[in-house]
Amino acid sequence: MEATTVIHGRTGSRFRFREPSALPGFWPALGFTIFYLSAIVLIPLSALVLRPWELGLSGVWAILSDERVALALWLSFFASFLAAVTNAVFGLIVAWTLVRYQFPGRRILDALVDLPFAMPTAVAGIALATIYAPNGWIGALFDPLNIRIAYTPIGVYIALVFVGFPFIVRAVQPVLQDLEREVEEAAATLGAGRLRTFRKVIFPAIAPALLTGFTLAFARAVGEYGSVIFIAGNIPYVSEIAPLLIVQKLEEYSYAGAAAIGLAMLGISFVILLVSNALQVAMTRKQKA
Amino acid sequence: MSAHQHFDNPIRGGRKSAAVFITLTLAIFALVLFLPLITVFVEAFRKGWDVYVASLTEPDALAAVQLTLLITAIVVPLNTVFGVASAWAITKFDFKGKSTLLALIDLPFSISPVIAGLVYVLIFGAQGWLGPWLDERGIQILFAAPGIALATALVTFPFVAREVIPLMQAQGSDEEAAATTLGANGFKTFWAVTLPNIKWALMYGVLLCAARATGEFGAVSVVSGHIRGQTNTMPLHIEVLYNEYNFAASFAVASLLALFALVTLLVKTLVETQFHDELAAQRHR
Repeated sequence: MEATTVIHGRTGSRFRFREPSALPGFWPALGFTIFYLSAIVLIPLSALVLRPWELGLSGVWAILSDERVALALWLSFFASFLAAVTNAVFGLIVAWTLVRYQFPGRRILDALVDLPFAMPTAVAGIALATIYAPNGWIGALFDPLNIRIAYTPIGVYIALVFVGFPFIVRAVQPVLQDLEREVEEAAATLGAGRLRTFRKVIFPAIAPALLTGFTLAFARAVGEYGSVIFIAGNIPYVSEIAPLLIVQKLEEYSYAGAAAIGLAMLGISFVILLVSNALQVAMTRKQKA
Repeated sequence: MSAHQHFDNPIRGGRKSAAVFITLTLAIFALVLFLPLITVFVEAFRKGWDVYVASLTEPDALAAVQLTLLITAIVVPLNTVFGVASAWAITKFDFKGKSTLLALIDLPFSISPVIAGLVYVLIFGAQGWLGPWLDERGIQILFAAPGIALATALVTFPFVAREVIPLMQAQGSDEEAAATTLGANGFKTFWAVTLPNIKWALMYGVLLCAARATGEFGAVSVVSGHIRGQTNTMPLHIEVLYNEYNFAASFAVASLLALFALVTLLVKTLVETQFHDELAAQRHR
């Protein structure tokens, strides 16, 4: 005990003189960090990992394979995927415009990209439900065509597009900014067509960032609750999302059931994250080659 | 390649493609962002100024505002201290497991707000790990302010840390090392050297954390119990009013939160400008 303290003290003081980063306060800072992290994040999350198994493996499977739960999980992931694809297109156009062109109001638009981050989800939720309801500004346009947007899975998709909008713009923007000059030179000297330049030069360069933004938007959408439930209508087997079913299981006092759905959502998201990371590594390797 | 050519002529596209891209962008903004934003304010004032003011000053609304402010006042300082402490440990020292720690700090970003509420029910609820123990002693955590604060803290956990860590990393620790060598103690070094360097990022992180804390819905909805006038925060009050078809009042409360969101974005833009100059100045030094 004493020996280790001495060694500790010695390396500590040697560190201080050699390394410019050797400053006081390491232990208090790290101590509080780990304490707070454990109290707020790690211990509570361990409950999510441990509690579903009270039902046994077959019990967990019974919850997840229940048609209503399975359909909600499917809707959450499928609508999130479509919304992320839509945002990839929107995000590329917006990022390109904000980086490449000067026009009045550009800075204001740039600031407003983050609106879905800043706007509380319930506020966005009731606004979207009002706009797309059959008597709303946009809902009324589609009502004569017998197309319902609010209270259907389309409404879920629309809310998720709003929520995920900033991610791809913010991921791609800095890469496009750095790219500028090289791309123009390449295009000018080689005389490549515009589409070809995009496909061969710009797209490969922004692809990793695009994938990052896509994954973030996707992950955010899967867990989204507040902006979705108002417009979704929450019709069983039709427009229920997975987080809503967690709330319902809790209302039925099925803690383990709620935890099972939560853990499944986290598990699937984790797999998607792994795939995305693997793709990213492959892309960067290909680019370097 | 002159400077103006590059704006005028991006990859051989002329003014025409500029017009096309700017129009498309404006259309996307209008559809995705402006429409919901405008709707909030139009609906809030649809029944006139008097109804608007009345909706904000009725007792349940005031109770919701009060609870929201209380929760924000608890959560933001905690997450700020955490953000600064973790940034100090991570950026000024080298230790094993640093990247794991960074990943864990980011973890709450990828957790659904509903799950953030759920985990506290699993611990403090009637059938939670600590539920019966707390019940025996008459301690109320769930369906009360402590539960709401905990769930909000989890959702807004990384916000301050995430703003401060990259900046402190970029700034290095030479200045702090110099201050310590000259005999300043830890607190003085932090107060006189580090804090002035990170003040803008810190302020933005705090603001972001506050905005998210006041607006949190999913996590709070799971742990609050929805007791009107008691455990309803502003977002939950918005939901209650909306479900009662009291749209004008619902949007009136929503407009306050939307306004706060716009202020957050404004400050963010200003801070980024400020930042930019500060960072540039540092590089020139």
